[in-house]
Amino acid sequence: MEVSKVEVNQVDQIVDQYGGDKSSLIGILHDTQTEYGYLPREAIQRITQKLEIPLSYTLRVASFYATFSFEPRGRHLINACLGTTCHVREMGRILDKIQDVLGVEPGETTTDRRFTLETVRCLGCCSLAPVMRIDEKTYGRLRRDKVEGILKRFE
Amino acid sequence: MKVKTLDDLQQIKEKGIKLLYPRKTKIMVGMGTCGLATGAGEVFEAISEEVEKQKLDVVISPTCCIGFCQKEPLVDILQPGRPRISYGEMTPERARELIVALARGEIKKEWALAKIEEEEYLVEDKIWRYPEDSSLKELEEIPTYEQLAFYAKQRKIAMRNCGFINPENIEEYIARGGYKTLYRVLKEFQPGQVISEIIKSGLRGRGGAGFPTGRKWDICSKATGDIKYIICNGDEGDPGAYMDRSILEGDPHSVLEGMIIGAYAIGAREGYIYVRAEYPLAVKNIGIAIKQAEDYGLLGENIFGSGFNFTIKVDRGAGAFVCGEETALIAALEGRVGEPRLRPPYPAQSGLWGKPTNINNVETWANVPVIMARGADWYAQYGTETSKGTKVFSLVGKIENTGLVEVPMGITLREVVYDVGGGIPDGKKFKAVQTGGPSGGCIPQQFLDLPIDYEQLTKVGAIMGSGGMIVMDEDTCMVDVAKYFVDFLKSESCGKCTSCREGIESMHDILTGITEGRGREGDIELLEELCEVVRDTSLCALGGTAPNPVLTTIRYFRDEYEAHIREKCCPARVCKALVSYYILPDKCEACMICLRNCSAEAISGGKNQIHVIDQNKCTKCGTCFDVCPPRFSAVEKISGEPIPPAPQPKERVLARAK
Repeated sequence: MEVSKVEVNQVDQIVDQYGGDKSSLIGILHDTQTEYGYLPREAIQRITQKLEIPLSYTLRVASFYATFSFEPRGRHLINACLGTTCHVREMGRILDKIQDVLGVEPGETTTDRRFTLETVRCLGCCSLAPVMRIDEKTYGRLRRDKVEGILKRFE
Repeated sequence: MKVKTLDDLQQIKEKGIKLLYPRKTKIMVGMGTCGLATGAGEVFEAISEEVEKQKLDVVISPTCCIGFCQKEPLVDILQPGRPRISYGEMTPERARELIVALARGEIKKEWALAKIEEEEYLVEDKIWRYPEDSSLKELEEIPTYEQLAFYAKQRKIAMRNCGFINPENIEEYIARGGYKTLYRVLKEFQPGQVISEIIKSGLRGRGGAGFPTGRKWDICSKATGDIKYIICNGDEGDPGAYMDRSILEGDPHSVLEGMIIGAYAIGAREGYIYVRAEYPLAVKNIGIAIKQAEDYGLLGENIFGSGFNFTIKVDRGAGAFVCGEETALIAALEGRVGEPRLRPPYPAQSGLWGKPTNINNVETWANVPVIMARGADWYAQYGTETSKGTKVFSLVGKIENTGLVEVPMGITLREVVYDVGGGIPDGKKFKAVQTGGPSGGCIPQQFLDLPIDYEQLTKVGAIMGSGGMIVMDEDTCMVDVAKYFVDFLKSESCGKCTSCREGIESMHDILTGITEGRGREGDIELLEELCEVVRDTSLCALGGTAPNPVLTTIRYFRDEYEAHIREKCCPARVCKALVSYYILPDKCEACMICLRNCSAEAISGGKNQIHVIDQNKCTKCGTCFDVCPPRFSAVEKISGEPIPPAPQPKERVLARAK
């Protein structure tokens, strides 16, 4: 995907909001990912340029933190929780079911670009384990037989 | 308006009181992350719609988590002249019924969890009493909060306001005594006196290692340098712990007030709150709180006209467990890769941008205003010799009443699990409690009467950590749990130290082998040896404590390891490679349910034909076990013994069909 003129402006705007300060790199990457759904190569290059830091520095930071993605994501992002409580309450079996239904492994996007499946270390909703979050909404007390119904609600 | 005097604060307080207890009926909905996940948003909408339909003149207000997550979503009704009533397990339909009853002037007893007759204004040492209404028989039958087993042994200090205020209204926080302590501290205390008070209170860090908070402040305050920083660590990384999220969502001002007091004591002008990006609501609410505090001049220049300046910024984490470690967190705040560095120098001498920096976690900061308001002696009346005050635990896992519980230190594990938690569901047997996250350990049955404090937990191989308390029952495999934590640490190790990076990887390989039936004699000893090396040669606490989950499970559940290795048996029937599913021919009623639900099409049979699993096709997903009606219970999990041969085709006809 090419970053057009307008998008360069958008990236510039994000960087400028942080006063062009390189200590704000993580915040800038967060906002860029919110804008595009992932970190496009051109956006990373532009950020690097604006902050006057080596590209290797930006890439090292972006690849260190689990939140950031270099791949375009699907329309909906599933975060399957792998926290201890979820694990003890058989989230593994729920995750198997999600993988079965969608035909993707964690980290992958469905061919119709409807979902990207990712795992997360703990959503902090342990009292409702097992839990997953789709976009902004958290689904708790999951059961294998409920998974398909929940996924069907997303276009 | 900038608040300068106690009178100014009093004016806001009066506004807040009107919001907390309006002259008309008020309906509160618990809209924390847990509440929302169980449908509080839909409940809120249903209430709003029904209120409009019934043409009721009421206030509907959001609040956050009061801790009883098991009963979410929660709705509270406050009517003038009556105690507040909490309703649990709400659905949009039930909530509508509550409103209909309200319109008729009735009180619904159904779904009523408890009533609140009085609220404690902890920092002011005052009790707010709701009017009694003895004419109502319905009310008598509803227990008070104090009568509920879940609350009877709790003492709320850090979570004093959670579930009582709308976190988006600073006025409600002030109404319950908020920021008055800050005023007193700035006017009446010298910075050194604040530090002495915190030292005397015995407060220790609630985030992990339990370092005495006052001593930490003291070191930082004495460090040379004009510029100093305060950091609030809200990177609650331990899986299974969520009290910091809950406090940030439900009572963000308690953290801000604590931080301002700390900054005054230490001499810092700038503060940072580092919050996990996985907690969007916490990020939102703390942002609102900072803005409101700034508007009232409680943050910024010349706070309360004292000449003291302090500002706070929020930074979002980006999904790295290691950033809970102080030096890694500082690196992340500076926009760098979150790798820990060698200490000393400690952050108190050289932290953020090389300046003296003091880091405490969310729960620690939330305790500070209460200690300063009520005094060190008052605080120290709770707890044990070495661990003062209360601790919030997230009581989760295989437990009847799951939620956030704040209990005095020194309470026994048994009291927490059985009295507060209500024991293990479904008549299952208790196996262990896991505390302290990936740095912690599993505590078995024989230590149930252990009083909980920092030292006692360390003695049995676990740690306090940030307060996750995951209860495990007979269906939990302890080898699998050890493998889970090692897997977690394997991907979260930053890779800087070879022993941590490679050692954890090797531990993972061995544990995977054991759980997949490839375990060999000597594996346990090899694990123990690896644990020692990783513990002794890693730079930070991630590697230093990584062996804990492995060592405690070996220490207390060695028989489970041996069963996996020698008999290829998973006693809890969890490890997929060691478990098979089998349909008991004499129990199968040929109901076709498992057969239809088997996505692998591994079950043969038919009407009046006993069902049989083809072990070669079976993916061990366990669906047949889940769906077999309990009155038949014909599907069995087998581990460590041969699978009985399937009945001969002619014997598969159901007896009653013959």
